[in-house]
Amino acid sequence: MSIDPDLKASIAATRFGLGARPSEIAAARPDPVAYLKAQIRPEGADQPQGQFETSAENFAGLRQLQMDKRQAKLDGDANADPVKQAQKMIRQGAGGEFIARAALASETEAGFRERWALFWFNHFTVGQKNLQTVILTGPFEREAIRPHVFGRFEDLLVASSSHPAMLIYLDQIQSIGPDSQYANLGHMGFPGLKGLGGLNENLAREILELHTLGVGSGYSQADVTEFARALTGWSIVGFKERVGQSGEPGQFTFRQGAHEPGVRHILGKAYAQGGIDQAHAVLTDLATHPATAHHVAVKLARHFVADDPPPALVARLEKSFNATGGQLDKVAETLIDSAEAWSPEERKFKTPYEFLISSYRAAGVPAGPEIAPVLNGLGQKPFSAPSPKGWSEDAADWASPDGIVKRMGWTEAFSARVVAADAQPMQIAQNTLGARLTPATATAIRRAESRTEAFSILLMSPEFQRR
Amino acid sequence: MTRSFDLNRRSALLAASGLGLSVTFLGRQAFAASEGDMAKRKLVVFICRGAMDGLSVSPPIGDANYASLRGEIAIPGFGQPNGALKLDETFGLHPRLETVHALALKGQARIAPAIATPDRARSHFEAQDVLETGVPEVDNTGSGWLNRAMEALSATRRVDAMSVGAQAPLILRGRLQAASWSPGGYKDRDARLPTILTDLYAGDPLLSPALASGLETEAMAQIATAAPAADPMMASATMAEPMAMQPTADTAMQTAGVQAAPGAPAAPGGAQSLQGYAAQVGQQAIDAARKIGVTLAKFMTEPNGPQIAAVSLDGFDTHANQGAADGQLANRLRGLDAVLDGLSSGLGPEWNNTVVVVATEFGRTARINGTKGTDHGTASTALVLGGGLKPGGLIGDWPTLQQAKLFEDRDTAPTMDMRALFKGVLAEQLGVDRRALDTTVFPNSADVAPAAGIVA
Repeated sequence: MSIDPDLKASIAATRFGLGARPSEIAAARPDPVAYLKAQIRPEGADQPQGQFETSAENFAGLRQLQMDKRQAKLDGDANADPVKQAQKMIRQGAGGEFIARAALASETEAGFRERWALFWFNHFTVGQKNLQTVILTGPFEREAIRPHVFGRFEDLLVASSSHPAMLIYLDQIQSIGPDSQYANLGHMGFPGLKGLGGLNENLAREILELHTLGVGSGYSQADVTEFARALTGWSIVGFKERVGQSGEPGQFTFRQGAHEPGVRHILGKAYAQGGIDQAHAVLTDLATHPATAHHVAVKLARHFVADDPPPALVARLEKSFNATGGQLDKVAETLIDSAEAWSPEERKFKTPYEFLISSYRAAGVPAGPEIAPVLNGLGQKPFSAPSPKGWSEDAADWASPDGIVKRMGWTEAFSARVVAADAQPMQIAQNTLGARLTPATATAIRRAESRTEAFSILLMSPEFQRR
Repeated sequence: MTRSFDLNRRSALLAASGLGLSVTFLGRQAFAASEGDMAKRKLVVFICRGAMDGLSVSPPIGDANYASLRGEIAIPGFGQPNGALKLDETFGLHPRLETVHALALKGQARIAPAIATPDRARSHFEAQDVLETGVPEVDNTGSGWLNRAMEALSATRRVDAMSVGAQAPLILRGRLQAASWSPGGYKDRDARLPTILTDLYAGDPLLSPALASGLETEAMAQIATAAPAADPMMASATMAEPMAMQPTADTAMQTAGVQAAPGAPAAPGGAQSLQGYAAQVGQQAIDAARKIGVTLAKFMTEPNGPQIAAVSLDGFDTHANQGAADGQLANRLRGLDAVLDGLSSGLGPEWNNTVVVVATEFGRTARINGTKGTDHGTASTALVLGGGLKPGGLIGDWPTLQQAKLFEDRDTAPTMDMRALFKGVLAEQLGVDRRALDTTVFPNSADVAPAAGIVA
């Protein structure tokens, strides 16, 4: 199947990328495939620009806040409101971090690379559900996801599974082997350990169900429980631990004392008794399991092509994943080389984030703090996926009547703000959609009574709402 | 900028989004005259996502094993401080379900304490699909049983659909276009863009019906939400959405003199104030939740208002620090109770024509886990409420929590198929016929008899 080169250039920018910036389709036009492949690089995705702190530094900030509060109480300082301090810290930290990420998405010249990173962040979802995850979600994406998105899937899986944000988000940090040293000391009434001892299955289950094998792929409740036992001890360093002994507070640590002793049997394989290596060995096997390859291939094909993805594309991605041991740069190349991914039909409806980012890109302006409340209203609150499954990307979820009306209202306000007095709407439309611009939309734009109305029509057109 | 964009200035839904709330309507009463009283009948389905803990919603205080299985997350007994609200010798309701309890005392609320979908995978996402599609095996039908129930009724009544909230829930997706709405919608009625887009979308199977429905609903919303007060707090809120800051005061893991958890809010001296803060923003969210219920009631009592609605709440996945009478789960239940309060009082006399079902995808383990929470289980509690309910005791049997009775030695054993409850309510409340229930609404479910005797 050969596709018109103009159409191919617009597909590269709008489907593989995050929507065309003013000169993007022209840049992709000479060789759209090479244009996309050039965005793959071993060092991973770009990092949002800004003075952002590491997970450990954010923890230290939390600790400082805690001490300030105590001191303020001792001093009787009524003005030192800890709530305000916490809000301030979160606004400046987590909020700023999300805005920087949106700014990156709206300005990057490597739209495919950023979309690839966003896909993997959503695959390994961490969301803001309490104070700790509020401050750690941004660092999680920067530390565990972005560096690894073109590396081995196993590295991504291990980085995600051992990151403090994931360990907290899926309740792993306090999971204690029922027959571990800590639990046994607790039974003897050892101070500080009394009443302790119990598994938490959450991380084990979601790694199997969401991150690797996929639901219905054949693992059992017993596999979940055994994996949860293997994972006991995967935790983070506490505030009161002596600095230097096991790392900085907030960093990953393995607690031998919480680890459940014994051989673990998972998916028919025995994993020898061991410390941190035991769960690590399980992760290694999961990362290259054929069911994982299939699960990842289905999700990628669904993300890039259609909610109901072409089986041939799934098979090709799966084969690539298996053949390379989950080498994600190779899987990305396979995707780009697959004819199904370039089908002319636009079958993906943009999520709110994709719609807003592509609108900023079309306008050639960076996203700023105003994007957060808009995302709230459109049902995609920043860094707050509703469950570990991440954000849905089904058209049926987002193309709701309320969603369309809200997009329309936002579009009018956005157009009024960003459209220049001398803007050339038809030129903008061609830059934005290229060969995807339909005659009907072009006619509507031509008939618009103002530049802002023309731009609104462009953003709300059926072909811009999709990719 | 010519006009400020106040997408989230109206407070209700946005503040309530801290409780994970969204609301969906389906159906309207266009054929009211010809259908008589049946056309006034209303059904609201609440889906509590994340696996709501039935043993906390309706704690079996009188069950000999309850307290020991649950340890410190057991709801205290009848008459104790923060104790369960008594239903009978065995069962109570969670102390934060005050509205539900008050209704139960009037014979307007009942519990199904050991109910489950046919799914046993303990996967939230698979089980929610089964709950909403009404199809036992996961498939890609892409339609929900509420939508198909309306299709079954469409021979006798015109049906429309509407959802409040940004996302359309699976339970009412299907061949009938579901409307949807959330606060802060499109207000400029004289604008040209809606007309232009209506033309541009002609023939687009996804966007055309959605836009038409959205515009129609927005017009109705002008009435249903007359004079909503601007909420400056929500207008300025961006990232630091208050509910995201619920303290996890008890997250600290005590290990050999080491406080390992990142529980800054748990610090001595700090816990108190942050708890107070949570209670304060919690009240704001609770007020918003109640307002959602009131607004829903207004929609449903309009002349062309919806007959059927679905309400979605999330955040019930309490693996750690679940809490008992207060805490994480209690906050969610307060939210649920507040919506029910707003809805039942807002409906006024129409409450007598209404049935509400509250269901979740599965229950949680009978035993407390190692982190003061509970893991994925099987059977849970469904609530059935309504002014026209037939008074009665439990819906379905109680298997007890005896060790030998636990499902796979861990969960409340299911004694009732969720579809039996849904089918019973659809039959008695809306008059959906048995054949449709067995074949199209809940495919291949002839062996699942509709529960009887729920609606008077």
